[in-house]
Parts: sequence; structure tokens; C-alpha cells
Amino acid sequence: MIRFILLQNRQGKTRLAKYYIPLEESEKHKVEYEVHRLVVNRDPKFTNFVEFRTHKVIYRRYAGLFFSLCVDITDNELAYLEGIHLFVEILDHFFSNVCELDLVFNFHKVYLILDEFILAGEFQETSKKAIIERMGELEKQE
Amino acid sequence: MALSGMRGLSVFISEIRNCQNKEQERLRVDKELGNIRTRFKNEKGLTPYDKKKYVWKMLYIFMLGYDVDFGHMEAVSLISAPKYPEKQVGYLVTSCLLNENHDFLRLAINTVRNDIIGRNETFQCLALTLVGNIGGREFAESLAPDVQKLLLSSSCRPLVKKKAALCLLRLFRKNPDVVNVDGWSDLMAQLLDERNLGVLTSSMSLFVALVSNNHEAYWSCLPKCVKILERLARNQDVPQEYTYYGIPSPWLQVKTMRALQYFPTVEDPNTRRSLFEVLQRILMGTDVVKNVNKNNASHAVLFEALALVMHLDAEKEMMSQCVALLGKFIAVREPNIRYLGLENMTRMLMVTDVQDIIKRHQAQIITSLKDPDISIRRRALDLLYGMCDVSNAKDIVEELLQYLGTADFTMREELALKAAILAEKFAPDLSWYVDVILQLIDKAGDFVSDDIWFRVVQFVTNNEDLQPYAALKAREYLDKPAIHETMVKVSAYLLGEYSHLLARRPGCSPKDIFVIIHEKLPTVSTPTISILLSTYAKILMHSQPPDPELQNQIWAIFSKYETCIDAEIQQRAVEYFALSKKGAALMDILAEMPKFPERESSLIKKAEDTEADTAELSAIKLRAQQQASNALVVTDQRPANEPPQVTQLGMVKIPSVDHTSVDQELTEANGNSHEVDPQPDVLGDLLSPLAIEGPPAVVSEEDALALAPVEDQQNSVKPIGDIAERFHALCIKDSGVLYEDPNVQIGIKAEWRGHQGRLVLFLGNKTTFSLTSVQAVILPPSHLKLDLSSVPEIIPPRAQVQCPLEVINLRPSRDVAVLDFSYKFGTNLVDNKLRLPAVINKFFQPIPVSAEEFFPQWRSLAGPPLKLQEVVRGVRAMSLGEMANLLNSLRLIVCPGLDPNPSNLVATTTFYSESTRAMLCLVRIETDPADRTQLRMTVASQDPTLTFELKEYIKEQLISIPIASKPPVPQPPIATSDPGALLAGLL
Repeated sequence: MIRFILLQNRQGKTRLAKYYIPLEESEKHKVEYEVHRLVVNRDPKFTNFVEFRTHKVIYRRYAGLFFSLCVDITDNELAYLEGIHLFVEILDHFFSNVCELDLVFNFHKVYLILDEFILAGEFQETSKKAIIERMGELEKQE
Repeated sequence: MALSGMRGLSVFISEIRNCQNKEQERLRVDKELGNIRTRFKNEKGLTPYDKKKYVWKMLYIFMLGYDVDFGHMEAVSLISAPKYPEKQVGYLVTSCLLNENHDFLRLAINTVRNDIIGRNETFQCLALTLVGNIGGREFAESLAPDVQKLLLSSSCRPLVKKKAALCLLRLFRKNPDVVNVDGWSDLMAQLLDERNLGVLTSSMSLFVALVSNNHEAYWSCLPKCVKILERLARNQDVPQEYTYYGIPSPWLQVKTMRALQYFPTVEDPNTRRSLFEVLQRILMGTDVVKNVNKNNASHAVLFEALALVMHLDAEKEMMSQCVALLGKFIAVREPNIRYLGLENMTRMLMVTDVQDIIKRHQAQIITSLKDPDISIRRRALDLLYGMCDVSNAKDIVEELLQYLGTADFTMREELALKAAILAEKFAPDLSWYVDVILQLIDKAGDFVSDDIWFRVVQFVTNNEDLQPYAALKAREYLDKPAIHETMVKVSAYLLGEYSHLLARRPGCSPKDIFVIIHEKLPTVSTPTISILLSTYAKILMHSQPPDPELQNQIWAIFSKYETCIDAEIQQRAVEYFALSKKGAALMDILAEMPKFPERESSLIKKAEDTEADTAELSAIKLRAQQQASNALVVTDQRPANEPPQVTQLGMVKIPSVDHTSVDQELTEANGNSHEVDPQPDVLGDLLSPLAIEGPPAVVSEEDALALAPVEDQQNSVKPIGDIAERFHALCIKDSGVLYEDPNVQIGIKAEWRGHQGRLVLFLGNKTTFSLTSVQAVILPPSHLKLDLSSVPEIIPPRAQVQCPLEVINLRPSRDVAVLDFSYKFGTNLVDNKLRLPAVINKFFQPIPVSAEEFFPQWRSLAGPPLKLQEVVRGVRAMSLGEMANLLNSLRLIVCPGLDPNPSNLVATTTFYSESTRAMLCLVRIETDPADRTQLRMTVASQDPTLTFELKEYIKEQLISIPIASKPPVPQPPIATSDPGALLAGLL
């Protein structure tokens, strides 16, 4: 199960943080700080997996942005790693050629997309087409 | 530039981005928070659009890392907005800002339910998403039936169904009872027939959770999973949108295979055959391709298939394919695949018959132990640890030792522990074990926990053949120029016990040993000095005929430490000095330590205790746990030699923490007590100065003189030490000895949090007889709720039992709870009434307060009854500094600088009780430099009772109360149960 998802830039600014486990505010900020420190200095030639407390973080870097998923020790690493990539493809499609600024100014949209992709810490929909169509439906209602 | 569609929000984000530094950003954020706060306060004129904009801003500020401690209500209230745009913001921000334990969520539960059962599909989706992401137990109980209905409804779109499936999964995790097992197996089977792969993906996650909890109920779903897997693996009827880089939904494939791992086996031959065909196809048909994403996706499926094959204990041929694949993976350059190869090989160790094949890859695995990536190094370490057995232990442990020198700090402790465990479990001979541990201490002393050196001492003590070797090794290490303190400890201990076995070798005379150990003394810490003193005493005892020069040297050291500030050292010095003048008696008392009872290795226990928590415990892991008990049997090469009393001790729970402190306090508090150690564990055995065998009664009078006052030999049982003093000490400390007599010691350890506390009473039997009719009854004052767990009627010889005691403070009061403790020793009934240190200051939590906070409070509490003033006379003689220390020790924090007059003190604290909640207390003490026996005290708080009680309490602490010098004799039963009256009797 995904415990939390973080999207952070190299400086450690959080662009998205979604927690599927109950944490206090201060604990959330602490987790964000620790995960950033954990992944930011890792060599690109290293694995995309790193232990974090009693769990593991699966992360992937796209330009200056780190996408990190914290999952259970026994979870299938590569499946989550490609889950990150699928999410990025969806964002890329939605914002047509996504960049960090899109995510900054439209952070609320990013949360909406995420809620169509993952729920309760599990993958809800893995069809890019289905999610993009759904976002279109929602935009019409605004 | 992309814009958010909300001008105000975009402008704010831009401004934040334009801030030059953190300070500017903070100012801008503070300004915005202030603005939002004012706008929220005066809701008039706030349009839904405004509200929405502000709530988004709040979330943005929160994401930047600032605390947002207001506005939650506004976010929650948007949930009930009638229109979608506001409602959506309400749902989304609430699920980001609040967690399931937040009280406000309860307010929304009805709205959420209405949205779930309502007709608006969009609202349904929003509500399901919120519950799926942050729903708690309460949601589970009230919403599960509605969510189930949506999941099973034939009229809902897939969109709603998949959300309902995962929402139900969340509720099931919060409370498994919400899914009724009987009805659900059929429904689940139906859900697995779903053709829409989105819904099926969500339902499969739900299924994994259900089946992990109880696979028996879901056998009928097993063939369906195999069908799904077949459909995907053969790419039959999979819409294009569900293939990822040409691979039919890797995520659903992985989930399906995960679900299958929760069934112990696949019995039906047809299903089994189909499944194995699919697995075979995956194992053989996965090629390495250039595209990273495709590669990852296909290997995600492959690794899950490997796990499933291992789980099913498949045919030998398939298993050897798996091992071959893993052997290939651990040698590739691609780091992720190598990592997973190592990880899965470790899992594979659980399968029998593959150990030997895995061993062939040992050299390759050792290479990964030196990889630059710590993630890979950890996997390699785990694998080496798992594959170690008697045949390769020497090689692997040597590798680990070598690696220890260069390993990064975060891994050293784990490495040291693992090396120590392997050395212990698989030692081909014990001298090698001793070598390994000493090398470990030498190379990584800082990372070698006490457990490790205690264990080696146990081994040496219990194996006579090993003793000369260990002593010689220890002697060799002492020649090294700079050795770690742990090495000093272990060598001093070993040489103290066994150096006489080396006496004929050059450089090993008692004198030589003494000189080389004594060289280390100036560099070591206090606990080590205690060990060194014991070593000196033993050396002295072993030097026969006595060497007068050595004797004088050692005596000089003993007499030097007789005035040491550390009570433990002082006591040892005094006793060894006295003992060493006793001639022959010394030989008996300082004789070699007896053998230790066989115990489970605390190291192995420690290694077993580390447990990760997962949403679903994987099947492989479950099996690993079942097997762990077999795998960890220690090769039994030691003679079992258990004194008869030990079996009983084994049954008594022994506290595993803080022995040293309790232990030291024990001796600290009674300079002249019997040396009977109530803690029969490793630490106690090693750290207590000397263990004297036999009950105090059989010690001959001559020997007893040095150890206990003569009158203790009489019949009546008198307490050791002053009970009142012990109580007062415990009022300002959280652990220590509450009561002690020749038979019993009662230790106490407390933790306080807000208005609650947890005390643990350690009832220790010091004698070699059982104590019977043990009774501990609490007489609580009316302001405390006390709950003592049951106390066993009998305490076995030399055992200690723990009795937890829960305390809740209802309201402010100075009254004290009383423990009525009685037991029978022989025919004597011993009864004591002891005050428990659950006093008012335990419910203080000190917070320093600034002048800006203090003065408005002080002024607002104008006069009686909230603010009380009193002139106190007969104050104990103490300097202002001592008084400040006294207040601080009562958790009343002195705030220097608040009062301009230097002879005044101002102190603050927060008091916690159920009726007052957290309440700030302010204290001011004005002293008279000319007359230190009087002062004026002012106490203020929001609660009149608290103010009064606090004032009286501080007064009690400041004036000198004559402490009863006579220990209380058992009281005749007092008719009233009022603890106050009992107390009066005690004082």
C-alpha cells in the first residue's frame, strides 16, 4: 500500500503531498524534509529504491522534480516505479508538455488528477485515456 | 505561463515565488494568513468564490511547510456547499489538511453520507474519494453498507464502482468487521468477473486485503484469479488503453499474483496446470529490452511471478529456473534489477534445497556488499546474513569484519550486530567466536552494544576450556596503543577472572596485569572504573603469596575512591578495601563467578524484534516468520548447567530496560545493605559488584559485619534507608527505590504525560526463599484515579515482578496516594504503608514563558482566590540558586530576567488534570537577602483550588519539616479509609 506520495523539487519545495495514513501536521513536514534529504543526493546510477524508517521509498527524478512514493517493505518496487511514470505521462498529457510551473500554479488540478489515479493508497485506474476523459468531464462542471 | 484560473491565487503564488529569501517568504505568508483569518472571522460579504480561493491558499501555504492552525472549519464547511466548484474544494482540501483522527471530520459525516447515497454522481465520487483517503473507524461503522451498495449496484458507472471498491478497502482496513465474511465470498467472486479493467484493478486490491485476512472464505475466487492472469498474460481481450508499453496492465498482473500468494496451495490440478503454464511463460518470455519503462514493467511482472513460484514450492525444474534467473540478475549492472535479484534471493532462502545453489554466488554477493549504493549494500548484507551457515560462516563473518572498517556509520551497528549473531550461531569453535567479538570491539567499539560483550563474557564463564585463551587474547589487546573503552571493560573483566591462568607466561604476572589495566583508568568513564576496581580486587585475591607492594598500590587506589562522588564506585572501593583485609575470607567472597544459566541470546532476540508494518503481511514473510523459530536454534556446544532456582526465574518477567540506573540507585541508596541482586539477568549479573551466593542468614557473623548492621540479624524486619527520604527523592525523580528491607526491594519507575501517568512497581525478592501472601493495595485520595494491575501472591526466590499502575489526575490536590504493602517471610507478617510519589508536581509540564506572555496573565489574575499571597517563615536555609534548583526540580521552571529585583524568583509551569485541562501557573517568590528564613510568595492560576494547593505545596517544600528519623512501624488498622488520616499517621 502507498503510505504517501510526495512531489518535491531539488530545493526541497513540496509541490504535492498526499498522505494515505494519518499523520499530524508537524509529522508531515518532518517526513517531507527527511524524504527530500534521502533522495536528493543519490547518484542517478543508483537504484530508485531506498529504505525509509520501516518502509521504503520508490522515487524517480524528472528534470528538477522528485516523485517519491512510500510503500510497504514487501511491495513490488518496479510496479510502483512505473506507476510514477504513468502519473507523469498523465500530467504531461493533461498540461501538454508539463513543466514545474504548471504544477505550481495548478497544484489543485494535480491533486484532482491524483485522486482519479490513486485512492486509499492503491491504484484506482491505470488507463491514461480514462483519466484524461474524466478530467475533461470535471472541467466542464467548474 | 500556466494560470490557475483563480486570479487571486495565481497572484499570491507569483508573489511567493518572487520572494528573495526565506524571511521575505515568511513575512508574505504571515500577512496572507492574517488576511485570511480576518476574512474568515467576519463571514459576512464572503462569497463562495472567496472562500474557495482562501481555502486553496491555505493548502498552498501548508504545502510550503508552514503550520496552518485555523480555517479547518471553513474547509470542512465547504463540503456542504450546494454547488460543485465549492464542494470539490471543500472535499479536496479537507482530505489534505485533516487526518482521520480530527474531530471536525465527525461534523461532516452526515453530509458525506448524503452525498454517497444521493443521486448526483459527481458528488458521490467526491465523497467516496474523501472516505477512501482519510476515512477512519467511525466512517467505517456508519458508511460501509452504503459503500457496498454502490460497489454492487448494477446501475453505477465503472467510475463510481472503482472508487467504491477502494473506499471499502479503506474501511475494511480500519475495521475488518464491516465486511461480513459469509456473504462476501460470493460477491467477491462476482466482482472478479468484471470486464472493465479499471474496476477490476480496484476490486483486486480489495480482494488482496480480504484474502490476506482470511483465505479460507475465498477459495472459490482462486480459479477466477488464474483466469484473469491468463487473460492478461496472453493479452486476450485487453483494450489498448490498458496496455503499458505493450504489456497488458502490469499492475493488475502483479496484484493478481499477489492475491494468489495468500492461498497456501493450488489444489485443483487443472487450475494448477493453467497457472504454471502462465508462470512458465512469464519466466521464460521476459527479455531485456532497451526501453526502460517496458523493461521495468515486464520485470515487475517477472519478480512477482518468481515470488509466486517460490510460494507454491513449484516443481524442482521451475525452481532451478528461478535460481538461475536470480543468479543472472545479481550479476547485472542495472542497479534496480541487481537490487531486486538480491532481495528475492534472500526470500528464496526460505525455500528448502536451494541453499547450495545460492552459495555458489557468494563471491558475487560479496561484491555487492561494496557497492556505492547503500540500498544495494543493505540487500547484500541481508542476503549474506540469511545464507550463512556452519560451512561458510568463517568466510562471511570475516568479510563483514573487513567491511566494518569502511562501512558508513548508518550501517555499522547493524553490521556489528549481525556479525556477532552469526559468530555465535555458527561458530565452528568457540575460540574463533571470541576472536570475532574482540575484533568487532576493536574495529567498531562505538557500535558494539553492551549485549555483545556481555554475551562473550557469558560464553567464557561457562566454558572452562575457553578461559585461558580468552584471557590471553584480552591481554594481547591491552598492548595496543589506543583501545576502545568497551575493550577495556571486557579485557578487565576477563583478566580479573582468569588472568591467574596465564600467570606463568611473560608479562602476565598479577603485577603486570594490574599495571597495564591501571594505565587505562584515567581515560575511562565512571561505569568502567567500577569494573576496574572489581578487577583489582580479584587480582589481589589471586596474587598468592601476597605481593606487599602490589597490595599497597591497590589499597591506595581503593582508599582514593572511598571518597568518590559516584556512589557505586565509592561503595565498591569501601567494600573491597574492607574485604581485602580479611585474608582467607576474601578467597571465598571473591571467588570466580559461577556459571551463567543458559539463556536465549539477547542478540538474537534483538534481531527478531525488528518488524516492519505492512498493510498486508505478505505470504512469504508469514512463512519466514514461521520458519524463523527453526532457523534460529543456537548450535548447542555449551554445557547446560543450571542452578535449580533458575527455572523459576525464567518464568518471571524481567524489565529489559534501565537496569543500570535502577541497579545503581539500589546501591546508591543503601550504603550498607546486603549485596543481593534482585535482577537475575545478564546486566545485573555483570554490573553488580559481586554476587554473593546464599541467603544473608547463613553469612557468618564475622563476614556479615562488613556487609550489614548487626541488628539486621534480629527477627523483626526493618526497612533499610529512610522511607521518607526515599519518598522525597522520588517526588523529584522518576525512578528509584521506594522501599527496601532485608527481604524485599520495591523499585519504581514512572512516566508522566499531561494528566496521566504510568508507574511500574518492581517488587523484588532478595532472598532465596519464596515470599508468600504478598499484597499490594492502593489507597487512593479522591483526586486520583489509580488502577493497579494484579500483584502475584507469591514472589519466587530472587525474582522480581513488575506491576504497572495507571494514574489519572482528576483535579488539583496535594493529597498523596498510599500503597499498603505486606508479605509473609517465614511466619513474620511484614506490613508497610508507603506514600506513592504521584504528587502534584508530576502533573506539571514546565514551559518557559516570555515577559510578553507573563505580565498580561499576571495582571489579569487580580487577586484572591485566583491569586494568593503569603509570607512564609521558617524557610530552610538555602541560597537563591539552590531555591531556583529546587523549583526547577519540581518542574516549576524559573524564568530569569522577568523580575527586575535580583533577589526575587519567578517561575511558571503548566498543570494538567482532567477537570482543569492544561492550566498555566505563575509563581513569584520575593526573598529578603537580610533574612533568608522568610520570604513572600505569590501564586496565581485560573483555578482557585489549584492556586491554593500549589501555594501550600511549594510552602511544604520550602520550609524545613523535621523528617521522622524512626522508620514507621506497622500501624494498627485505622478505621477510616481516608488517606489523609493514614498520612497523618505516617508523618
